[in-house]
Amino acid sequence: MSVSGATALSQLTEIVGEANIVRDPRQLTRYDIDSKTPSAAVRPAAEAEVAEIVKFAGREKLACVVSGAQTKLGIGMPPRRYDLALDLSRLDRIIAYDPEDLTLSAEAGTPLSKIASVLAEHDQFIPLTVPFMARATIGGTIVSGVDSPLRHSYGTARDFVLGMNFVTGDGIAAKSGGRVVKNVSGYDIHKMLIGSLGTLGAITRINFRTFPLPRQTRTFVAEFRGSREACEFRNAIVGSVLRPRTLEIVSESARGQLLPAEKARAAFGDNRWSVYVAFAGDEDVLKRNYKELEAARHSEDRVSEWLRELNPVDEQSVMSIVSEFPAAILKRFPAAAILKISALGAELPDLASYTASIEMPWAVVMRGLGVAYLALWPPDGSEGSLHVLKQHCRRIFALAGKPPFRHVTLPWCPSALKRDIDIWGPLPASFELMKKLKNVFDPGGILSPGRFMGGI
Amino acid sequence: MLYEYDGSIETARPDCVVFPRETHDVVEIARLAARHQVPIVGRGAGTGLSGGAIARHGGIVVSFARMNRILAVDAENQRAVVQPGVVNSDLSAAVEHLGVHFAPDPSSQKACTIGGNVSENSGGPHTLAYGVTTNHVLALEIVLPSGEAVRLGSTALDTPGYDVTGLFVGSEGTFGLVTEITVKLTRNPEAVKTLLAIFDSVDDATETVAEITARGITPAACEMLDGWTIRAVEEYVHAGFPLDCSAILLIEADGLREAAEADARGIADVCSAHHARNVRVPRDARERDLFWKGRKNAFGAAGRLSPSYYTQDGVIPRTKLPATLRRIEEIGRKYNLRIGNVFHAGDGNLHPIILFDERNEQEFRDTIRAGDEIIEYCISVGGSITGEHGVGMEKDRLMSLLFSESDLELMRRVRGVFNPADLLNPGKIFPTSKGCGEIYVRPRPAPTVAPSA
Repeated sequence: MSVSGATALSQLTEIVGEANIVRDPRQLTRYDIDSKTPSAAVRPAAEAEVAEIVKFAGREKLACVVSGAQTKLGIGMPPRRYDLALDLSRLDRIIAYDPEDLTLSAEAGTPLSKIASVLAEHDQFIPLTVPFMARATIGGTIVSGVDSPLRHSYGTARDFVLGMNFVTGDGIAAKSGGRVVKNVSGYDIHKMLIGSLGTLGAITRINFRTFPLPRQTRTFVAEFRGSREACEFRNAIVGSVLRPRTLEIVSESARGQLLPAEKARAAFGDNRWSVYVAFAGDEDVLKRNYKELEAARHSEDRVSEWLRELNPVDEQSVMSIVSEFPAAILKRFPAAAILKISALGAELPDLASYTASIEMPWAVVMRGLGVAYLALWPPDGSEGSLHVLKQHCRRIFALAGKPPFRHVTLPWCPSALKRDIDIWGPLPASFELMKKLKNVFDPGGILSPGRFMGGI
Repeated sequence: MLYEYDGSIETARPDCVVFPRETHDVVEIARLAARHQVPIVGRGAGTGLSGGAIARHGGIVVSFARMNRILAVDAENQRAVVQPGVVNSDLSAAVEHLGVHFAPDPSSQKACTIGGNVSENSGGPHTLAYGVTTNHVLALEIVLPSGEAVRLGSTALDTPGYDVTGLFVGSEGTFGLVTEITVKLTRNPEAVKTLLAIFDSVDDATETVAEITARGITPAACEMLDGWTIRAVEEYVHAGFPLDCSAILLIEADGLREAAEADARGIADVCSAHHARNVRVPRDARERDLFWKGRKNAFGAAGRLSPSYYTQDGVIPRTKLPATLRRIEEIGRKYNLRIGNVFHAGDGNLHPIILFDERNEQEFRDTIRAGDEIIEYCISVGGSITGEHGVGMEKDRLMSLLFSESDLELMRRVRGVFNPADLLNPGKIFPTSKGCGEIYVRPRPAPTVAPSA
């Protein structure tokens, strides 16, 4: 079945109007997923329209992929079928914002930048500095499960999303949670929609807890000759009374790739591993943090070459390196493979030292909490080069489940790799439950079929 | 008889109570129950306030009292693995020497179990800054009513796939029996600054709460007691609360010494600006503990003054605190009921305590009506029916005030994935077709045993 039939088209037109249906093949390429193009895109402007479209798609057995700004369609497997792109970028209203209650409710297609500027007027923010920040929508950010360096102090979306409205695969508008910061009424279905890659429902609205922007922040960088020393520094910080806002360990290759060379030299030394640690607080607090970092840097035989405070401009660029890392790598190396690896914090030294065995270009950013993004890219565009990339990825997946590779997924990689590698890694013990849950939300299997783990 | 009760006003008699020691025992119990189509209800310490652990339709109560071992502690990675019957504060006590603790701290923490915390997604005073139970649970082992044991999540972050752990926490015993829990441990703060702000007007106190947040300060805890509750507590705990005031706020700032001090200064400024009579700092750790003892024993203190009391758990946006407290007072006057207030002011989670005499049928009815009116008001200002106690069998009929029939139907279908025959904790969360009120108008201790299954 496809959307080419005249009846099908007229029904869609009835729901959203002619102007909001895209049929032009050139315009449709923006919705491509691994070179699969939908036969039409439809742009609803309200939840009721989303529900109508999904109902229609269910009747016609049309496979739908929901997107916002189409920045992260590369994540996941290509859909088994792809008839309709459900573009939610017109659902872009901030429904409610109560600065004094620290809550905000926005439609899924609202750009992150719009939310950020509305919040900034009240010196507030949502701790989602994520890849593709400049264009991404709030819905795409939440449903793709990308994370932010700020998770070190604020947690991830599951910790500050208060509730959601969504349309299930049978076209039913439903909700869970609410708009207050504490709530145990009903099941936390919205938690499961976070990172579900559009396979359970089309999220139409998300309610957030917002946070006061710190008046003052400061980022310090310490640089080490080896990864082990950098990780030990991380351990010293985590085991101390300090409460960093962010804590990231960055390989020289990552920094070198992402910062213009001269700026990198000016702001940083040429050591191999950098630890970036940011704090918020008044001048007394920041001074104390610096003092403690100094002590941590000198303990035992671990002495870094540098411990310095970044000026506000460099602080900004460091924040963007660590949060935009996947986006920046893909921009430079479209054929890169970026693995997401979860380790326990104390296992990070083993993860970092693994990189010594990688015989191709690589770069890594490791969050202090134990989540790492490891990018590998082929040195050239040759077939052989792609083969080497595949072999490396396979080698890492073969280690999946054992420390420090407790979880391995491959959120971004060339389409060719997806044919041979299970990018979601080994199936978890609860996979049977996940399959049954998918069936509850999307009995017809029309939402992003095949894009998620285990063919879901 | 004991297992007919929990901390709520509900009762029902189970057919039997079993005490498993290992996951395997729970598997066997579930299989047996499935074979005979008998309901199963998990139970921790029975401190819940919404009837979650009560065998509404009889059947087997599975008490986790003997599954109370701490299985592993990994201080370096801030993790612990526990059996469900471990008492909340026992875990923190066991890891105290490592400089870490388990953050969720319900008032009943000296008795309540972590398994119960998981089922109810429990909160506590310090969840304002540290989050509720779900924010601290990484992995679970559960036993489904079919007898199948399944692991959800993992000790490492971001387990691939759907966040079934997040869905499970707070499912009030209707998805599965929890047999093992992996939790995050939180590093102890370097410094804790406790302030006791004393007010001559409730409005001043509630406005202070909103203003603290507006200034960008997130206290570790921000608790309020009204004048009536203060006097009840004082008589019982002797916490040193002034008897002639209208409200107190018990506020805590923590973190790095310098940060806690700066926040405490900011908080004290706000209190003074809102006409606090006095802002007291406890002399020492002993006095701090005493203040907290006063707060955490408020329900017990209220209980001493009346044959029965009914605690509610509504949540409101915190800017609506002043108006909501005024409304609660009006409702108390309307029904001629004494309503005390002690609650988590920082996150707008109210706990009105309605005192009544269960032997007086009219008063019992009025209590339920007054409770409903309070909850309806909470919903009307954008709030919720329960912040941390759970829906259980006590607020099930209020669910349809928050959720549409299709929301509830989806939730039922989600439950069906785990618990298809509704054998696990039946009669909870979802509004029963019988309509409202029936179970409420029957004063205790009348028998309320329903036919099983």
